[in-house]
Amino acid sequence: MTAVSIRNVSMRFAGKKNGDSIRVLENIDAEVAHGEFVCIVGPSGCGKSTLLNIVAGFLKATSGDVLVEGEPVIAPDPRRIFVFQENGVFPWLNVHENVGFGLRKQTRAQRDQTIARYIDMVSLAGFENAYPHELSGGMRQRVEIARALAANPDIIYMDEPFGALDFLTRLKMRADLVRIWQSEKKTILFVTHDIEEAVQLADRVLVMSNRPATIQEVVDVDLPRPRHLDSPGYLEKRDRIFKVMGMSLRVGETAT
Amino acid sequence: MSADSEILGSALPARPPAGASRAVSGASPDTSEPVATDLGAPTSQGVFGAAPKTTRGGACAPQKRVSGKKLFVWPPSTDALLWRIVRPVGMAALFLTAWGLAVRWSGSDLFPTPGNVARGIVELIQKGLLFKYIVASLFRVSWGFTLAVIIGVPLGLVLGWYSRAFQALNPFIQILRPISPIAWIPLAILWFGVSDAAPIFLIFLASVFPITVSSIAAVQNMQPVYLRAALNFGLSTGELFRQVIFRACLPQIITGIRIALGVAWLVVVAAEMIAVNSGLGYLIIDARNAGKRYDLVVAGMVMIGLIGLVLDLLVRQLEKFDEVRWGYGRK
Repeated sequence: MTAVSIRNVSMRFAGKKNGDSIRVLENIDAEVAHGEFVCIVGPSGCGKSTLLNIVAGFLKATSGDVLVEGEPVIAPDPRRIFVFQENGVFPWLNVHENVGFGLRKQTRAQRDQTIARYIDMVSLAGFENAYPHELSGGMRQRVEIARALAANPDIIYMDEPFGALDFLTRLKMRADLVRIWQSEKKTILFVTHDIEEAVQLADRVLVMSNRPATIQEVVDVDLPRPRHLDSPGYLEKRDRIFKVMGMSLRVGETAT
Repeated sequence: MSADSEILGSALPARPPAGASRAVSGASPDTSEPVATDLGAPTSQGVFGAAPKTTRGGACAPQKRVSGKKLFVWPPSTDALLWRIVRPVGMAALFLTAWGLAVRWSGSDLFPTPGNVARGIVELIQKGLLFKYIVASLFRVSWGFTLAVIIGVPLGLVLGWYSRAFQALNPFIQILRPISPIAWIPLAILWFGVSDAAPIFLIFLASVFPITVSSIAAVQNMQPVYLRAALNFGLSTGELFRQVIFRACLPQIITGIRIALGVAWLVVVAAEMIAVNSGLGYLIIDARNAGKRYDLVVAGMVMIGLIGLVLDLLVRQLEKFDEVRWGYGRK
């Protein structure tokens, strides 16, 4: 059984003039299996974040349905936690309180145990009492991931969560995310504009087109983990996606 | 002076107390410190390795402060502290000297010198009036201001959140807001008579609007990502208000509270000139009416200024709490 199924979803936003409308998503169909790590890549502004917001229940699609475990999605749900691009950790709570935010219904002892476990998992032990503005961008993003994991959701939606980080931090964050995903067995739907990121992380990559976005191709990344960034298999998948997106691999050359 | 003279009614048109209700809160030295947080525990060595740049502010802020200025090996923090005291004190000394000389050279026998004012303050202390009047004024401000916070903050949060209520009530607020609390004095006396309730009412009116308006603006300008995160975690409406909206808006609410307290202190003085017979405002008007004691008039003004400064410094302390410090930009 599939965890998420996106059925013929289309989205239009009202334009500036009356009656005018901008077509953002066009007949999107996709499925995500339990425990699968799926990346959505596409050119910037193509509507991939919009799609993720629809899947998470923050936006309502103009037409089509999103089903999670067979149930239509009508609103956000704590069983599916969203990790935001612009970092949604609460600046008025320290790391410990942020990670424990989704655990309001647990007893204190239970909560403290869960919080400690996930703070440890994202390598933030020792920073429990620090406030987000005292942390680096990468650390803040890890707080948010820990907060999402601690709530024990079935699915995690991630909207370019590493987009604002520097190159090395991003590489490390990816490695850690894969490690955590392997140990926690969550379903992850991950939006990115970074093709390399998608191939490093995903079981499958959905490649979207320009607006109005459709799914151009689904690339199965059946490579063993840990993945080597210079292995022929990796390069082949990467190049395939580049090609689907109409990009040249040589800087200074026009698109093929 | 005759502290018991009755001025009610008689003094209303003569004084221009409204002039006092201009400038907002008093200036105060910059008390903010760099974020030099000791994160305490050792950095973790996880897969990510602990990024050494973690304590950004803590690591480099002190050096930034040291740079330039001085070549001596004198501890720079002490030096900075010294200057922070020397500069304003030196300026005050200069000002007082100029004031004294100006009075002497002009040959005025009504306007007091700084010495006269100091003796006036001592006289008020000896008569036991100074303390009594300060307490009376602070008592009224505390009540009016506290009521304004209790009503203004929740009202502002609700109006900021529910746009229909905002549409209905906002014009009403915007019409009431520009009416100076001084204009309410006749009505306040009509309703409350000569009692503490009248100035408390006026102070409430003066401070409830800045608090409400800043709370509304805080909710309306809240970062949507906090709201979406909160919705994602399935908060009830009550939890949403207490745990997210209120907390996200607190830095801006505190700024509104600071402005409101400044205004409240301006208004208590004006209100006491008319509606009661105690307090610092009463002291000023009474000293003038009872015997042209301008030394006591200025003494009252000095006390009002000093207490205003202390109040502002106290509210500023609120901005230093970890729970709100994020909201005031990075230093």
